[in-house]
Amino acid sequence: MSIFDDAKQAAQGLVQAGMAKAVALAPDSWVPGGKPDPLIRQRHGAIGKPVSRLDGALKVSGKATFAAEFPVEAMTYAAMVYSTIAKGRITQITVSEAETAPGVVVVMTHRNAPRLNPPPAFLSESKAAAGDSLPVMQDERIYWNGQPVAVVLAETQEQADHAASLIRVGYEAEEAQTTFEAAREQGTQQSRFMGQPLHDEVGDAQDAFAKAPHKIDATYTTPRHNHNPIELHGVTLYWRGDGSLRVHDAQQVVAHTAYTLARTFGIDEKQVVVTSPYVGGGFGSKTLWQHQILAAAAARLAKRPVRMVLSREGVYRVVGGRSPTEQRVQLAATDEGRLTAILHRGLTVRTAHNVIAEPFILATRSLYGAETFLLDVHHVDFDMLGNTFMRAPGEAVGTFALESAMDELAHELGIDPIELRIRNEPEKDPISGLPYSSRNVVEAWRSGAERFGWERRNPVPGTVRDGGWLVGMGCATATYPYHRMPGGAARITLSADGRATLDLAAHEMGMGTSTAQTQVAADRLGLPMEAITFNYGDSTLPGLIMAGGSQQTASIGASVIAAYNKLVGELLKLAGNDSPLAGLKTEEVGSRDGGLCALDEPDRFETYASILARAQRDTISVEAEPPMPLETMHWSMHSYGAMFAEVRVNAVTGEPRVSRFLGSFDCGRILNSKTAASQFRGGIIMGLGLALMEETQFDERKGRVLNPSLSEYHVPVHMDVPEIEVMWTDIPDPHAPMGARGIGEIGITGTGAAIANAVYNATGRRVRDLPITLDKLL
Amino acid sequence: MSITINGKAVDPPEDPRVSLLDLLRDHLALPGAKMGCNQGACGACTVLVDGERVLSCLTLAAQMEGRSVTTIEGIGSPDVLAPLQQAFVEHDGFQCGYCTPGQICSALAMVEELRRGVPSHVTGDVSSEAIAFSSEELRERMSGNLCRCGAYNGIIDAITATCRETAE
Repeated sequence: MSIFDDAKQAAQGLVQAGMAKAVALAPDSWVPGGKPDPLIRQRHGAIGKPVSRLDGALKVSGKATFAAEFPVEAMTYAAMVYSTIAKGRITQITVSEAETAPGVVVVMTHRNAPRLNPPPAFLSESKAAAGDSLPVMQDERIYWNGQPVAVVLAETQEQADHAASLIRVGYEAEEAQTTFEAAREQGTQQSRFMGQPLHDEVGDAQDAFAKAPHKIDATYTTPRHNHNPIELHGVTLYWRGDGSLRVHDAQQVVAHTAYTLARTFGIDEKQVVVTSPYVGGGFGSKTLWQHQILAAAAARLAKRPVRMVLSREGVYRVVGGRSPTEQRVQLAATDEGRLTAILHRGLTVRTAHNVIAEPFILATRSLYGAETFLLDVHHVDFDMLGNTFMRAPGEAVGTFALESAMDELAHELGIDPIELRIRNEPEKDPISGLPYSSRNVVEAWRSGAERFGWERRNPVPGTVRDGGWLVGMGCATATYPYHRMPGGAARITLSADGRATLDLAAHEMGMGTSTAQTQVAADRLGLPMEAITFNYGDSTLPGLIMAGGSQQTASIGASVIAAYNKLVGELLKLAGNDSPLAGLKTEEVGSRDGGLCALDEPDRFETYASILARAQRDTISVEAEPPMPLETMHWSMHSYGAMFAEVRVNAVTGEPRVSRFLGSFDCGRILNSKTAASQFRGGIIMGLGLALMEETQFDERKGRVLNPSLSEYHVPVHMDVPEIEVMWTDIPDPHAPMGARGIGEIGITGTGAAIANAVYNATGRRVRDLPITLDKLL
Repeated sequence: MSITINGKAVDPPEDPRVSLLDLLRDHLALPGAKMGCNQGACGACTVLVDGERVLSCLTLAAQMEGRSVTTIEGIGSPDVLAPLQQAFVEHDGFQCGYCTPGQICSALAMVEELRRGVPSHVTGDVSSEAIAFSSEELRERMSGNLCRCGAYNGIIDAITATCRETAE
């Protein structure tokens, strides 16, 4: 990003800050969510039931079609060559042997690639989706080690792979910024998140820390992480005769990607259609990277359809991951364990070409009621592939630091770590001053502790042994904010045969979106689930709905509420004076049994079919957008959890194993107890990986990832994962659509610290550097 | 000699470099076997060859002449699911569904390995002919099939619910 862009972001941040003050002071009724969603009261519908995934039968029989599986006539297959230097330029590139290899259709390099605009980087504007704003194969410049420098298209994948191996590239390397210490010496910059500086001050935290009788001052480090959804990033695309681009992609931002591709190719947004019915895992990675742009560019050159599936190594070269962090946490407390200061500051790494810095202080902003705060994130810029968001960006690693420090403080004070947290439960958000929309984390702690058997924990570290294993228990708070991004929209079409279709440009990456939203729509419309069709994963459908920030459910929910209210208004108009509903206002009407009824007089009722028949209509279709998400400026809205881990550490080898885990959550109302449990468990398992094994080996000399494979980048496997118990309060958030806050990311938060704290309890070793591998416990 | 795939005879590919996985996905329009790494590290491409689980990405199609290959498409269809497939749905043994065909193929052969008394790393008495059907045995034996969504608990539950009797 240029200085100008940074200034623009800062200016936007100031406007947002001013508006936030006004919204905070507004009456509840003026704010979205001020009047609770009527579905919260309804307790006997489809919502909450453990409904099996509606797409389950397709998925277990191999019939769900993923991006790289769509059949297209005259397909070509792509392979890529990646830079082996971090910065510099290509001095020569020899492609003649590749061009004449069997089956080769096109070899594309910067010399013959179509001229493209640089793509707008994700979060730099509302519809931007690209990993960074760098030009894509437009000149000889190299910006990172692993940057694509050539694309081969051939009749088969084998031919493409072979031809790519024949390409010879010469480079002139320049000095690159790829080491943490050198970058730090050159100066750090203030980081921002959504335009606002990642810096908070309340009172004089330095002074409070200096004067406190009890204090912790520790530095925690977390490594780079790479994205590893099992589905490789793949795309099948082709240009149509009318100049439009059809893209079958693996996507969590279809509308953003269509817009960004259109900008890059200089065509109208409507000329790009991106669909993505099934996505084999996303976690922040299934956005727009160079491979889709290059596939489209090569398809234009070859005038043929292209299938490009990144190799697993290719995913590490082209798809960004989580940046490393170095976090210093200072906690100060009274003799009774009341926090008088929280200082949480540190450094992370990004590229100069995007606006994403790992925001590891976000959770610290609202978790505990300390008297003073000093929170800050600074970053250094590396010559590296654009880093990006990965499940709970900020919170996943930030809670490792904060919640490890809380455990250290509990030991220093001799107070039970759960009790310490409860003693510091805030009345209102300690930094924004906003009231909490709904916060029941103490209940989550108490019920979780009882279920887990926390009272059996021996607080003296290193004292419990089972044969050759040291056994310990640890806990930590999990938290993730409620977000709802602007730009949602939904279309509802109701037909006289009693069926409803919902259309939204939303996504299904395994969260269970289509299933849970079908349950919600059934309750909202008073129809059986079988009568609902939920269409998603298509950039031509309404809405700019990101499957990210655990906000998709809220965004869809608010959009469908808006469309539903409009639908009711239209139906009342159609119903006219002969209907039992005559004279009722929209807000006085709800749905039941395939029709509308008066809310306080349910017998005043008419079916949709009857209303439509009288009006001589077969269908009615409405589209609406929800109000701006001002609720997040009026209330402090967060999901919470209490995480409990039991670990066993081998007394001889130091090998750490997680033997039990429990997550006790407070995330508002749970929409589908079966799929929600899976999401919680999935987050916890990724957190187990973060705690014990995941680490991208980044060669600071070359700026190159050294372990770009699933055999050398370790993720949890069956044997690493015990039975994970999950439970939840199910207390609806009165200010969130359906009463539901996000559940997709919270599982990975707190988990790292709960495991690290359990390792400490088992061994007496405090590991502050992730991952906790056996060498650190020997 | 031909290759039998889900009961049908198929000619081996002309290009000897074609893997069994690419034969299935690119040449035969059978995308049920998934590509997750193309280097034998994730298990998503697992299929059955004469009843044994095999990583199809590390298997050349040409090696399959005269052999019988069963992919997920040969195990059950959305309308007629095999019991283990149905159990995966009921126990939520997947989220995104991408590793799922490999998990199911792997589990079917794994249960047979258990039944035959093939020991694993966690088997206490390797001379014993009967191996206990335990969560530990299942988790150890399924560890070659990665699931990034973390549906491991559901997968083990589905296998246990469906295959315990067969295996013992």
